[in-house]
This record gives sequence, structure tokens and C-alpha cells, in this order.
Amino acid sequence: MSAGPGHAPLEEQIGQWRAYLRRRRAFNGPDVEELETHLRDQVAVLTQAGLAEDEAFLVAVKRMGSLDALSREFAREHSERLWKQLVIAPEGDAGRGTATRTETLVVFALAVAAALAIKIPGLFGRELDDAHAPFYVRNASLFVLPFLTAYFVWKRRMDPRHCVWLAVPFIAAAVVMNIFPFTRDSHTERLSALHLPIALWLVVGIAYVGGRWFQGGGRMDFVRFSGELFIYYVLIALGGGVLTAFTMMMFQAIGMKPDWIAQEWLIPCGAMGAVLVGSWLVEAKQSVIENMAPVLTRLFTPLFTILLLAFLATMAWTGRPIDIQRNVLIAFDLLLVLVVGLVLYSASARDPEAPPSLFDGLQLLLIASALVVDAVALAAIASRISEFGFTPNRVAALGENLILLISLAGSAWLYAGFLRGRKPFRALEAWQTAYLPVYAIWAALVVVLFPPLFAYA
Amino acid sequence: MDLGKDLVAASATPLVLAILAEGESYGYAIIKRVSELSGGHLHWTDGMLYPVLHRLERHGLVASKWRSSESGRHRKYYRLTKEGRTQLEAQRKRWQIVDETLNRIWMKACRA
Repeated sequence: MSAGPGHAPLEEQIGQWRAYLRRRRAFNGPDVEELETHLRDQVAVLTQAGLAEDEAFLVAVKRMGSLDALSREFAREHSERLWKQLVIAPEGDAGRGTATRTETLVVFALAVAAALAIKIPGLFGRELDDAHAPFYVRNASLFVLPFLTAYFVWKRRMDPRHCVWLAVPFIAAAVVMNIFPFTRDSHTERLSALHLPIALWLVVGIAYVGGRWFQGGGRMDFVRFSGELFIYYVLIALGGGVLTAFTMMMFQAIGMKPDWIAQEWLIPCGAMGAVLVGSWLVEAKQSVIENMAPVLTRLFTPLFTILLLAFLATMAWTGRPIDIQRNVLIAFDLLLVLVVGLVLYSASARDPEAPPSLFDGLQLLLIASALVVDAVALAAIASRISEFGFTPNRVAALGENLILLISLAGSAWLYAGFLRGRKPFRALEAWQTAYLPVYAIWAALVVVLFPPLFAYA
Repeated sequence: MDLGKDLVAASATPLVLAILAEGESYGYAIIKRVSELSGGHLHWTDGMLYPVLHRLERHGLVASKWRSSESGRHRKYYRLTKEGRTQLEAQRKRWQIVDETLNRIWMKACRA
């Protein structure tokens, strides 16, 4: 072939064809190369026979056969490729290979740093034991989330000078958590420890979207990322549990006491490092494997709808009131969190352009029944709230209930509008993503304001 | 003439094995040889040859190697293995039986 003026368009066409092939799972790198040589042979013969290059290309592509049929045949022969493997070092350009290696190194370094960070207080006399447990519980997220934020700052190529302010919340949190004179084992301490990760998760989110929180679909991507990370973390934790069990079993078999390895190293360091490793895996696989969270959502939305409807029906039928125990408010908060999660993750996987389907109706039914169940519970609690008095736990639980109720009521309103064809689905998605900071801000308020308000009790 | 999908698929294995028995070859050349041998009657969709080659390779009947040809093009060459040769022999016997049976009945039909 000559490098004449007609040369470039052919190369471009072949390049497009190759890229198209690469996107299909059934073909791997060598397959594409093999088919490309075939195509080039065919084009060469046809141009020698007098065809123009673009004509020859078209004929050659046609003779290759329909790509759908072809990829079906390849998939039948290489069925293992449909079980897409999580490729840590993807085949292809050498440039991408080095980028992946660098990323592996960065993640590995950050994971080790997070794992070691939790051991640093031990050097200053704060051993990981029962006496210092409150310190570790309060600060747990501060040992790992700064590293995760750093990973995304690096990964999104944010200018470090512009994102120094991302460090501010972490420093503020570290100061607040350690200068507040909490009473040992107090409610406010536990509340702060519980809410701090939620507040700081927003900071991670801002780094995740590369600092552009209000632009594009970044926020929904962050929701997807959070769900997948949760699932990966649970899986890694299961694996870590097996590793710990074997460590104990094997060293005990030779008469050693390995408890300290597990309690002081394996579990705390693993729990920290796994956040980084899990995040990296989610980042690496996002285009490779089907997201798990929406699949679970699809599975459990009908089941939870049935549960809520059955609960309401039973309550109406038997006339049994809700037995107000101490933790009943928290239980209903968790129910609302779960429903918000189900709605959020099914929205995250939905094509916003698709018309309303049966599943959307089911979602609305789920939200509506959750709202009714919560209203019943709130009514029962309200009648006795004066009797209980306002403890920090109860105020926090009530506030959360209110926030979740508003979120769900808004979703229900927009879902109803969408089902009647009055509103686009995007409006629902926009409502949910716009609401995300509310959770974090409430959590921050609980962390910062509740301890002084309730005298650190 | 359209041979039908089933017949094309069934004849693909013995044909590819027989062509590779003539010496090692690569995809495009195999397609050309099939077309030549059948006088243009047997026509494969080009791409479909490759899954067949990969299946034969998985069964160990052919082996492959990437090599640059004289023209400088990087190609995957296939050659017959020992098992491939045995399989070709078995296939030949099978197809001969089919061929002879059909021939006999068609001869009779001609004579009648």
C-alpha cells in the first residue's frame, strides 16, 4: 500500500472498525488483530482488482459478516469472556499499561498509609485496647477518609493548590472530636462518632467529582460509587474474616496465642486499607462489570413493598398499636434510610429517557407505603414524646426522620408526576442528587452542635 | 448455490483440517482456498472462519503462532497437530460413507 492521499481515510476507517470491535466483550486483543489482518488482506486484493479504497473497505467489511452474528459466534466459542474478568492490567496500548501500574502503586501506598495511620496513636501511648476504644471510635473515619480523598484528588488530576480547602473539614473534625470533653460512653460521643463519617463522606464526594459538585452527572456517579464500594467492602470484609479465622486456627495449632496479630494488626489495618483497595476496584471495574447495587435494588424493592403493605394491613386488621420501645424511632429511621437507598439506586441505574414502567409504579407504591408506616410510627411517638423528654438520641432520630420524610415525600411527588407524564424522570434524579448534601450537613450539625447543646452527656 | 447453514457448518471442520493438511496457513488464505476448491460454490462469511479455527485450537487439533509474513504483515498462522491429522482421517471416513450412500441411491434413481 502506498502512503498516498487516499491512505489516511482508509486507516481512519479501519481504526473506527477496530475500536468498534474492541468494545464488544466477545473479542479480545489478538482476535481483533487477527480479524484486522484479514480485513487488510481483503482490502489489498480488492484494490489491486481496481476498486477504490473506500469501496474495497466497504466490500471487505460486508464479507466479514454482521458483527452481531460474529460476536455471537465468538462468544459461544469463548464463553469465559462473557464472565468479564476484572483486568487490573488491561491489554492494549503500552501507555495505558504504565498508567495502570502507577495507579496500582499510588493506591497501594495510600492503603498502606491508611493501615499504618491507625497504628500511629499507639506510638504515643494510645494503644488499641479497651481503655482507648472511645478515642478510636471517634476518630475512625479520620484515619482513612483523608487518604481516600487524596486518591481522588490525584486520580481526577485536581490542582493540589486549589483543593487545599478539602483538608479543612478533616482538620476541623479532628479538632472537634478531640477537644470536646465528652463524658465517657456518653450518647453525644456515640452520636458524633456515628455522624462524622456521613458528614466527611461529602468531602470524599467533592473530591470524587473532581471539585465540580454542581456540574454534570458527577453526583449520581458518586452515589453509584458509594453503593458499589459498600458491596465490595462487605465482600473484602468477608474474605478478611476468613483470613483472620485461619490465622487464629493455624497459630493456635502450634500452641501460640495469635490474638494480638488479629486484634491489633490484621483487623484494624485491614479495615482501613480495604476502603482504599475497595474504592480502587470500584473505579477499575466500573465499565467492566454490571453494577451490583441496582441489581439488589430490583430484587428487594418488590419484597420490601410486600413487607410494608403486609405490615399496614396487619396493623389495620388487628388494631395493634406500635409498641413504643426506646429504639423504635431508630428502627423506623433505618427503614426510611433503606427505602431512600432503594429509590436512589434504582434511579441511578435507570435510563432517564425511558417511559414509565411497571417497576416505577412499584417504586411509588414502596415510597407511599413507607411514608404511611412512618407517619403511623411518628404519631405513636409524638403522643408520648413529652413523657420521654428530649435526649440527644431522640432529637437526632427525630431530625433524621424529618429529613428522610422530606426526601421521600419529594420523590413520591415527582414519581407521581412522572407516572402521569407531567414531569421528566430527570426532575426526580435532580431532586435526589440535590438533596444529598442535606444528609451530610445534618450529620455535621449533630457532630458539632449536639455535644455542647446536651452538655457532652 | 446456497448450501444451507447446517451443511456449511458441518463441512467446515473437515475442510479446514484438510486445507491445513496441505501446509500451515492463515485465515484469509484458508477462505481463498475454500472458494477455489469449491469453484466458488461454497461461500463462507469471512469472519465465521475464526471461531471455527479457535474451536479447533481449543480441542488441540490445530496449533497457532503469530509470525510476520514476507510482505511484513503480522499474521496468526495455523498448522495441523498430530491429533488433528487423526481427526481428519476419521472425518474423511465419515464423509466418504455419507458420500457413497448418497451416490448409490442417486445412481439408482438415474438408472430407473
